[in-house]
Order: sequence, then structure tokens, then C-alpha cells
Amino acid sequence: MSGPLLEFENVSLSFKGVKALSGVSFGVQDGELFAIIGPNGAGKTSAFNCMNGVYKPQEGDIRWKGESILGRRPDRIAELGIARTFQNIELFAHMTVLENLLLGRHIRTDVGWFSGSFWTKKARREELDNRDKVEDIIDLLEIESWRQYPVALLPYGIQKRVELGRAVAMEPELLLLDEPVAGMNLEETEGMARFILDIREELGISIILVEHDMGLVMDIADRILVLDFGTPIAMGVPADVQRDPEVIKAYLGEDVVA
Amino acid sequence: MRGRPNLFASYAAEQGILPTTTKKVSAVLLVIAAITIPLEVLPVLSQFSQPSWLVLLNRSLIFLIAALGLNILVGLAGQVSLGHAFFMGVGAYTAAVLGGTGAGLWSLGLPIWVWLPLSGIIPALLGILIAPTAVRVRGLYLAIVTLGLVFIGEHIFRNANSIAGAPEVGREWPRLELRIWKEENPLIDFASDGNWFGVSLPGEAKTFYFLLVMAIVFVFLAKNLGRTRIGRSFAAIRDRDVAAEIMGVGEFRAKTQAFAISSFYAGVSGALFGVVVGRLIPETWNLFLSVQFVAIVLIGGAGTVAGTVLGSFFVVLMPRMVENVTRFLGDQAIDGGVLSIVGDFVVSIDGDFGLISLSAQGPGLSIFQLNQVIYGLLIAVFLISEPLGLFGIWIRIRNYWKGWPFTY
Ligand SMILES: Nc1ncnc2c1ncn2[C@@H]1O[C@H](COP(=O)(O)OP(=O)(O)OP(=O)(O)O)[C@@H](O)[C@H]1O
Ligand SMILES: [Mg+2]
Repeated sequence: MSGPLLEFENVSLSFKGVKALSGVSFGVQDGELFAIIGPNGAGKTSAFNCMNGVYKPQEGDIRWKGESILGRRPDRIAELGIARTFQNIELFAHMTVLENLLLGRHIRTDVGWFSGSFWTKKARREELDNRDKVEDIIDLLEIESWRQYPVALLPYGIQKRVELGRAVAMEPELLLLDEPVAGMNLEETEGMARFILDIREELGISIILVEHDMGLVMDIADRILVLDFGTPIAMGVPADVQRDPEVIKAYLGEDVVA
Repeated sequence: MRGRPNLFASYAAEQGILPTTTKKVSAVLLVIAAITIPLEVLPVLSQFSQPSWLVLLNRSLIFLIAALGLNILVGLAGQVSLGHAFFMGVGAYTAAVLGGTGAGLWSLGLPIWVWLPLSGIIPALLGILIAPTAVRVRGLYLAIVTLGLVFIGEHIFRNANSIAGAPEVGREWPRLELRIWKEENPLIDFASDGNWFGVSLPGEAKTFYFLLVMAIVFVFLAKNLGRTRIGRSFAAIRDRDVAAEIMGVGEFRAKTQAFAISSFYAGVSGALFGVVVGRLIPETWNLFLSVQFVAIVLIGGAGTVAGTVLGSFFVVLMPRMVENVTRFLGDQAIDGGVLSIVGDFVVSIDGDFGLISLSAQGPGLSIFQLNQVIYGLLIAVFLISEPLGLFGIWIRIRNYWKGWPFTY
């Protein structure tokens, strides 16, 4: 058995004195559903941005299948098979649901401007094939009736689903989910949890989940990393993390434990 | 074809360039109507068969090609450029040097199938060369950088006398004709009066047919680009560049491609402009030309091909309309017609008071200045009230009639 799929080694990131991450190390195994939790401002989104190559940590190393990806451009990292959804939805607002999902296929396709402009046989075949793949995702996420809508017009919960779909359309090996159920009611949350589990089971995609909804995290995560002010304070299976005094202190404040 | 719930057509039909029968039929009717213009078949369109109108229609078709290019850059990829006139100039002089025959100037006298493609390719390569500087800056700064390009271009064109001719004099372009190589008689002559299939046509009409075919080809190319992978990547960069990169769209690459493609369209259009007009001065490729294309894209509706088509005809034909209306009002003022009071106020006749003067010396705005004011106002109005431009107005009208008689 080889090493972890994605690995953080002693990663530190700061913004003009603000320490967003300090000495963070963990490894995500192939097929795992790994969760990162922590209070607001703990550095969870920053950790994702480091994985995507949007931020470059000042210290430490980030490895994909054993190879350092530090300093690579975001689009190159995407090509490795890392997809992502965002805390504040980042869909392409002027494009329809279908176009957003098709855009997700960008790295899996290669028709260029010339074939595209002349609508060559190759372009036609690829577009139809893409459409087929995207329709599978539309089925999976139950967004059939929204296909042709510009995403800006969709309800929030549906936008979250479309964003998940766009990431899945990339056929990634690793999916980064930044608060996928934030702002959702119980029913919507359960629906989303089911989609996340479907994606892992049916498509075999490994997942890193950042989420404030503890119920969801404890239910579906294999392992959890807890960050507090950028510092890792606990890592392990949900049952252990839940009982960890450091974690309870970080979440509920000093006085409860004292 | 696989059946799926809520999917009303096969993917192939739905992904087609004209997905509905209505669209197919209207496109075909539009093309047929255009074909009949010089033949004076339809009485409503027959006034356009006069050479003076055909010249304007030809210019609309030429401008349409450049506008489609700018629409890819501005509307699709979201990069505001004022440098379009520069790339048109580069294309135009590529054609002039490769195809021209004049003495004393660089002229190789090569046939159209050499100079036309290269008049797009050379500006595209230049676009790729300039892109690294341009793609680093955004929004207003990009507008300023590309503005600089126009000024640098103007300076170069004015001083490169062996390419562009002397300032204020200019040079001649090759004629619009098809030759195999440099033989005496062209295979097809698109420029002079003559017979085609037994129909006697003025040169302007033959040119019109040539340009109509070119414009249709470029409309298809632009439409296809927009609905395939690269077009989507442009739109993604426009809407959210960081998210687009995380989805695997290289920002630098996408912007460079958009620049190159739009410059290709501009170059071909510039070449045709030179060829169809015949002689142009080096000052032609100036900021005002660029602004006209920005006007077309914004008035037509940024991002849509149909809007660009509407915008091109609107912007090119509008000055003529404005002039006709002004002349009409002037005549009314002189003859004491129903609108003579309006005419008296609006039009300056023989130097008396009036907002607009038909002669160059009058106190009011010239027709040219008036048109510039109108462009400016239209851009402002469309930016503020109708971001989709003429295309958006059309959508509203269409939706109104779709819902008729229920006007909710
Ligand atoms: N681009 C940036 N510039 C400056 N500071 C930043 C930047 N991005 C993040 N930070 C800071 O880094 C720290 C961690 O932020 P981050 O967004 O990663 O937290 P988070 O764990 O995702 O919080 P939340 O649960 O609220 O989403 C915060 O103090 C934040 O202000
Ligand atoms: Mg966050």
C-alpha cells in the first residue's frame, strides 16, 4: 500500500503577521472522508486555498501522491484531480446550470478553439459525450428541472448542489467541500449528506469536508482534524475527537472545562 | 438518442447551433432577404439596392466581422479593449503589402487567398505577443493599456510611409477579386459592374454578396466558439477568474487565446475595409474606430452573437438615418412644412441659430459630432438600463408577444 493521497507536512501560512496556519500536518488516505473542523477563522478555508495553489504557505510542504505540489498554478493542480466547492458559492453567474457543469469538464476534454469554431466531428462528438456525462450528474443530484436556468436565478440550496455537481463533473480523485450545508435546513442537510455519501460510494472519490454542522461531521467522517487559530489541536476518529478536552475547550471556551 | 425525463429533445438537437425550428426558419429567411436586396425582388427592401445604401450595408458587414471579434474578447471573456482599431490596421496593411500593386510602396501583388488569411493570422500572432502585458492588468487598466496600443499604432502607421503611404494621403489596397496567382484576368471580380448568371449587377452588389458570405462564415465561427469548450472557459474567466482557475481553466492561456482570436477577426475585417474602400489614410485606425466597436458590442448586447449583428447594422446605418432626419428637418424649416418650427430650432441653415449644422461652418454640431454624442449617450443608456443591449430589448419584445394577450 502506497502513502496518502494528499499530505500536509508542517504547513504554516501567515498574512502580514496573522497566522492562518501553523505547523499543520495530516494525510488523507485514498477513499477516505476526512473532515477539518474548527471555530471561525481557524484556517480551514486557508488550508483549502493552499491545496488549490491559491495561497503559498511560507513553511512546510504539500504533497499529492508523494510529489510536492507547492508553487504549482491552480489550474495545474486541478488537472491532477483535485476539485472543490466554495464556502460562498462561486458559480459562474451568467451561465446556465448546464454550462456550469459542462465547464467542470474542462480538464477532461481537449477540443481547442479551432475544432470548436469549425464544429468539427471531434468537437461534436466531445460535446455530446460531455452532455451525456453531465446528464448523469444531473440525475445523481436531482436537478433535472433546473438545467437551462442561469444559476443566478436558482434558490440557494440548488446552487449549492450545482456547485457540487460542477466539481464532480471534473471526475476528481479528491473533492474539497467547504461548508456544503451552511445555511441549510435539516431536510436539505440530510439531502446533501446523502449526495456526499453517494459520491464517495458510487464514484469512489476521496473527500475532505470542512463543516460547522457537528452532527453531519460526526455522522459521516472517517477521521477529523481540529484546528484552532491555525494550530492543529486534535486528530482522530469522531468518537475520540468528540471527547477530547482540548477540542471541548476550543469550542465551548475555557470556563466549561475549568 | 437516450430517453431521460424532462429532456424534450435529443442532445444533438438541443446542442445545435440553432436549437429551435423558429430560430432555423428566421435565420434562413433573414439570409434570403439579404440575398434579394440587390435584386430588387421585395419592394420594401428595394431602396437598399441603390449603390449608396449598398456601400453602407457592405460597411456593416465588414464591421460585423470585427465586432464579432471584439465581442469574444469583451462580451465573452470580459476583457475591455480599446485596441481593436490597431489590430484592424495591422490586418489591413498586411493585406495591402501582400496583395497591393502600387509603385513606390511595399507591394507583392499576391492573390486574395494569400492575403486574406494572413491578414487575420498576423494580427493574431501580434495579439499573442502583446497578451502577456495585457493580461496582467484588469478592467480600467486594461482599457488604458489597449488605448496606448492605438496611439502607438497610429504613430507607427503615420511614419511607415512605405507601408501605409504618406499621412493624409494613404495608399491603395488590392482589388476584391479572385486570382489563381498573378495572371492578368481575375477568375472572379467582386468589385466592378458586370453580369453574374445573366443578371447585371453593380460592383457594390457583387461586393455585397462576397461580404455576406464572409459575414455568415464568421457568425458561425463565433457562435460555435461560444458554445464549445474554449468559449465556456472564456465566460468562466469573465465571471469568476479564481474559481475558473481552480476548475482547471488557465487564466493566462484563456485570455491570450481570447486576444489572439479577437485580433484575427479584427485583422480580416480591417483588410476587407481597406480593400472595399480602396484607399485609406494612415489616420483611419484611431481611437474613434475602436470606440465604434465598443459601441456595437455594448449597444448590441455584450456576449451575444445576435446582438452583435444588430449592433453592427445599427451603428453603421445610424449616421445615415440621423443625416436623413436632419436634412428632412432642414427642408421643413426652409419650405415651412409642418415641422418647420422643430426644424428651425434643430438645424442651422446658412449660419443661423440651430443645434446641428449641415454645412461645415455652421455654429451647431456637425453631423459627425452629433453622431459621436449619440454613440456616447447610447452607450451610457444601455450600460445603465439594458445591459443586454438591443438583444435584451428584442428578448423583451419577444417575451411580450409570447405572453400576448396576457401582458403580465
Ligand atoms: N487573503 C487573506 N488575507 C488576509 N488574511 C486572511 C486571508 N485569508 C484568510 N485570512 C485570515 O486567516 C485566518 C483564517 O481564515 P480562514 O478563512 O481560513 O478561516 P476558516 O476556518 O475558513 O473560518 P470560517 O469558519 O469562518 O470560514 C483568519 O484570521 C483570516 O482573517
Ligand atoms: Mg472558511
